[in-house]
Formats: sequence, structure tokens, C-alpha cells
Amino acid sequence: MKTRCKVKRLAIVPAFNEGARIERVLKKIGEIDKEIDIVVIDDGSTDDTGLKSRLAGARVVRLSSNMGYGVAIQTGYKYALEKGYDYVVQLDSDGQHDPAYIPQMLGATMSGDADVVIGSRFLGEKAVLETPEAGYKVGVARRLGIRLFAFVTSKLIGLKISDPTSGYRALNKRILAFLMNDFFPYDYPDADVIVLVHRAGFKIKELPMAMHDRATGTSMHSGLRPVYYIFKIFLSMLMTLLRKKPSLP
Amino acid sequence: MLPRQKIAMIIICISIFIIILDLVRRRRLKEEYSWLWLLTSSALFVLVIQYSWLELITEAMGAVLPTTTLFIGALVFLMFLSIQFSVRISRLTDQVKNMVQENALLREKIEEIKDDKGGLVDG
Repeated sequence: MKTRCKVKRLAIVPAFNEGARIERVLKKIGEIDKEIDIVVIDDGSTDDTGLKSRLAGARVVRLSSNMGYGVAIQTGYKYALEKGYDYVVQLDSDGQHDPAYIPQMLGATMSGDADVVIGSRFLGEKAVLETPEAGYKVGVARRLGIRLFAFVTSKLIGLKISDPTSGYRALNKRILAFLMNDFFPYDYPDADVIVLVHRAGFKIKELPMAMHDRATGTSMHSGLRPVYYIFKIFLSMLMTLLRKKPSLP
Repeated sequence: MLPRQKIAMIIICISIFIIILDLVRRRRLKEEYSWLWLLTSSALFVLVIQYSWLELITEAMGAVLPTTTLFIGALVFLMFLSIQFSVRISRLTDQVKNMVQENALLREKIEEIKDDKGGLVDG
């Protein structure tokens, strides 16, 4: 493992049946940041995701059954803290999140600008969102949903958040220790996590970025799940506001 | 209430009470889940013995028949039971999540130790 440098950095890549694409993503992460360690949280895949990840030089933490994105990502946080990492960046294994932004994302947390940095598709010039190179298109319903969450989240925390559902995030050690607790909303952790960490006093920052389209595979927001997702996020945000302010670690 | 109805209700209440206590004794039921059953069967027993109290509650609720009160009482009991189960399932979900995570991290640690040992042997 490449852990010689003073500041330890980790890329957390939660994956479920991404054997076809994960190798390419992991290789690109390694090319972009040669000093970063990579851990793949294999969320009970039934394909060769774990093997491909190991061959690409990543450590693999395999969950015994498919527990969902939130549990996988929190496992990554626990792994990072246990291994003494100072900064982590989390990104999807399906190639949607471009590893090219990792230095920028980690740089913003390492400089102390923010405890959590969120990669936003809707920040800055419109060109960033749907460039032909990025090939990323957001459907009308999805765009409306994200806009609604962005509006509500921004109003609730008094800070402009343009893409609260983005899973491309960089975090420091302090916030990792906070998110290890059982109050972490592992059932679709999205905008509600932003409200939670802001309420706890952590600094949040967004950086503009382009995203790529999923070539194949099933999104976690397919079928009837979006209906439950919207209900859950709003309820979770409301409850976060009604609860006592969480104390910092 | 007819004496026959009263006797039947008393038998039902006592039976539920004894069955629940026996389940707890044989460790087939946790104390945590027994209290609601015991409380409900006791309350029912008291209402059957003190039928005037049931009539009073019925009047206060604006119902016509005491049986309606008992029916609503049964519904409320089932609702509380479901809430108790939902709370418990939520807690169990957290526990299962933590166990799966712990298990995964431990397995990774074992693999890391194995890799290190393999490296030492090779070296």
C-alpha cells in the first residue's frame, strides 16, 4: 500500500456488480493521484467486482450481503478512520464521477476551506453540466427533483447548495468521525447529510464538475424508489432540524 | 353482560395471561414483548369484572354498545403492538448493519495480515 507520505489520503469506491467498469475507474484514480490509496467497498456483488478491484491494486472490503449505498459508504468511513487516513474522497464505481477532479476536491479539504467538499453538476457555467465530452444528461423529472432538494436544503441551512444529491464528495478526518455514528442516515444519505453536518457546525463547499453518463447497469433511483426517496429525504431533513444539535467529536 | 359472556371473557383473559407468562418462563418470549400483552389482558379482566367501568368509558367515548369499546380497544392494542415491532426492527436493522460492517472490516484485516505474511515468505 502507498502510505508513505505524511498526509494519508484514501479514495472510497462503493461498488455493486460493477465488474465490467470498475477496473477502468480504479486505474484512472491511480493515474491522477499516485499517492492515494483506494478501497473498494464491495456491496455483496455477485460478479467479479472484488477480483477486478484487487487486480487493479485496490484493497477490498466485502460486505456479506447487499446492504445499500449508505451502509457501503459508511463502511468506507469506518475503514478510513481505523487505518488512520486524514482525508478521503468518495466516488461512484460506474464511471459517472471523473477521477480527474480528485486533486481539486482533496485540495479544498486539505487547505482547510471546508470539512466536506461536494462535486456539483449545477455550479458555475452551464457548459460544465452537459458538455458533449461529459455526455451526461439529466432527465427533466430528475432535474426538477434535484432543484427542489437544492432549494429546500439551501433555505434550511442558509447556504447556497446547487447539487445536494451528488455522491462525489471529499471529507476530512473530523467529519468522518462524526459520520461513523448510528445517526448517519444510511438509507439514501444525500441532502439530509448536508443538513446534518451543517447543523453540527461543519464547513461545506461545492466545486463545479462535469459528470459522465452511466453506460449500462441499474441506477439506485429506478422503479418506485424515487417516491420513497423523496419522502425519506424530506422527513429526514425535518427530523434533523427537530432534534437536539449533534455534538462534534 | 350475560354471566355466560362474563365467564367466557374471564377465561380468555386468564388464558392469555398464563400463556404469556409461560412463554416468558420457557424463554420463548422476551420480557420486552410480554408487558403489552399482560397489560392488555389485565385491563380486559378488570373491565369484565367491573362492567360499570366499561359502560362509563363507552359513554365517555360516545359509543352506543360496550362491545364497540372493546373492539376499539383491541384495535388500539394491535396498533401499539405493531409500533413496538417497528421500533424493534429499526433497532435490529442498525445492529445488523453494524455487524455486517464489522465483519467486512475484520475480513479485510485478515486478508491484509495474510498478504503481509505472504510478502514476508516471498521476500
